[in-house]
Amino acid sequence: MSALSLPGLPGPAPAQAAAEHAAPRAARRWYRQPALMSGLVLLGIIVLAAAAAPLLTPYNPIAQNLNATLLPPSARHLLGTDQIGRDTFTRLLYGLRTDLRIAFIAVLLPFCIGTALGSLAGYFGGWVDTVLMRLVDIVVAFPFYVLIIALVFVLGPGERSIYIAITLVGWVSYARIIRGEVLVAKRQDYVLAARSGGLSGARIIARHLLPNVITQAIIYAMSDIVQDILAIVTLGYFGLGVPPPTPDLGSMINDGQNFLTTHWQLTTFPGLAVVVVGLALSLIGDGLADLIRPGAA
Amino acid sequence: MGRMAFVLRRLLMLVPVAVGVTIIVFFMIHLIPGDPARTILGIHATPRAVAILHRQWGLDRPLVSQYWLFMDRLLHGNLGQSLYYGVPATGLILGRLPATLWLVCYAAVLAVLVSVPLAMIAASRKDGIRDHVVRAVPLLGLGMPPFWVGILLIYALAIHVRWFPVSGYGTGFGGHLHAMFLPALTVAIALAPVVIRALRASMLTVLGAEYITTARSKGVPRSRLFLRHVLRNAVIPAVTVLGINIGFLIGGTVVIENVFAIPGIGQLMINSIFQRDFPVVQGVTLVFGVLVVLVNLLADLSYAALDPRVRFDR
Repeated sequence: MSALSLPGLPGPAPAQAAAEHAAPRAARRWYRQPALMSGLVLLGIIVLAAAAAPLLTPYNPIAQNLNATLLPPSARHLLGTDQIGRDTFTRLLYGLRTDLRIAFIAVLLPFCIGTALGSLAGYFGGWVDTVLMRLVDIVVAFPFYVLIIALVFVLGPGERSIYIAITLVGWVSYARIIRGEVLVAKRQDYVLAARSGGLSGARIIARHLLPNVITQAIIYAMSDIVQDILAIVTLGYFGLGVPPPTPDLGSMINDGQNFLTTHWQLTTFPGLAVVVVGLALSLIGDGLADLIRPGAA
Repeated sequence: MGRMAFVLRRLLMLVPVAVGVTIIVFFMIHLIPGDPARTILGIHATPRAVAILHRQWGLDRPLVSQYWLFMDRLLHGNLGQSLYYGVPATGLILGRLPATLWLVCYAAVLAVLVSVPLAMIAASRKDGIRDHVVRAVPLLGLGMPPFWVGILLIYALAIHVRWFPVSGYGTGFGGHLHAMFLPALTVAIALAPVVIRALRASMLTVLGAEYITTARSKGVPRSRLFLRHVLRNAVIPAVTVLGINIGFLIGGTVVIENVFAIPGIGQLMINSIFQRDFPVVQGVTLVFGVLVVLVNLLADLSYAALDPRVRFDR
């Protein structure tokens, strides 16, 4: 179903012609997709605010000021200060910086590994497929948080462990998605044509299949980044994430929890920041999905 | 292929996954940087303590025979000795399991109770205002850190209005039901976005089916149409979605048990991490994996038993 093959278009011929061009046109009109645009704008603002943190606030995120602990929100301290006198708004911006950076880097390796393995499994089938899919079954047998927490524990807390843990767990979803897409796409005429033209398997996958199936992986990546941010924040909450005093939203929520009854803002705002990031990425994912499947909600 | 053959086949499929799960849990120890025994015991470890652990875990043997040792113990129900409590890890974990199972079941029920009405509201008038509002729920819900939702619920409903206890497990059935409402609700809220989305989509598919048009043209009232025709046929996909996300549901308890101080295996896992009690962490990880595999098996089998349309040939 294309967006342009609507009833009411004059004559069957133009309608058909329009339908044939619907896909590229939809791709060109991405900026008119409301969900995608609002998601991109929102994410842009967040990333900009996090990147420009040193310009937006005069405070140092790790400098303690024991004369100004647990201050209420004011014009000088927009969200007040924490138990050792650090400005909460400043730590929020720098925390976003830490967590966004880790999440966006962490998603790259699983994306590449999962896409590569998934397309190999889908295209070649046979024992490659069997072995890989059994491996996927085994990894998904573990609850996501349990495996991430266990892996970070054995590898030792810190950023490097987070990357390794997320890669070891995260590639399976991409492998599954891409394998499914390749299984369908490889029966299409253009792939058969490429194959009968004598192109090698590697070339068909890289030049013909991947460009057509990668969108699904990109759409999934949006929700995957959200999941990774949640994992990073959760690890931080348990003290297994980036070591203090580096600002991180999870450890901020954990610190604030002790002062919940008197200083609710310390816990609430770091969490809200995560929700807004999640909203932006979900909007982008939904918008992208609508672009390639117009009409499907 | 008959029912028995299907059950047998499904049980056979379990074997490679179960073996794989044990291999991953076994390999955890080799991901520890440096000498695992020395790292676990810390810098003040005596050479004797290190040597004992080496012998206990078979670290001085080749990898394959280490795995055999691990499996031999496992099949005898031995998950190793807790380094912190000095008792068998199996007993520790089994004692904590009921609270976790309670939380998982409670949360699954609440997730269905929250999701089904919302999905029905959304699907009853596609693209209406109510549909748009319900569809915004997953957008916001997916990005909410579950532990943060738990903390806010504690603040609002346990500290502010004191309807529920701040933490704990309660005693007796009614006590559990009351004390674990907030933690179960927290897990349910984390799960609801995914379920609502899937349920709404499947309801819309059902609504477009011919038998619905037939029922409508026969003049079946809307309420009856929804309850008898749409809901019944849409619930199976919802159960499937719950089944697919069972790993998430069970994993969510690790986080939530710690927020609400529920004495389940999730709390045991995090505590053991801080006590560097490796055998217990390893054991809990294994139990979580086995739990997910078993629940998936159960879901598949009951699914086949419940839906007469499921055929046993594949």
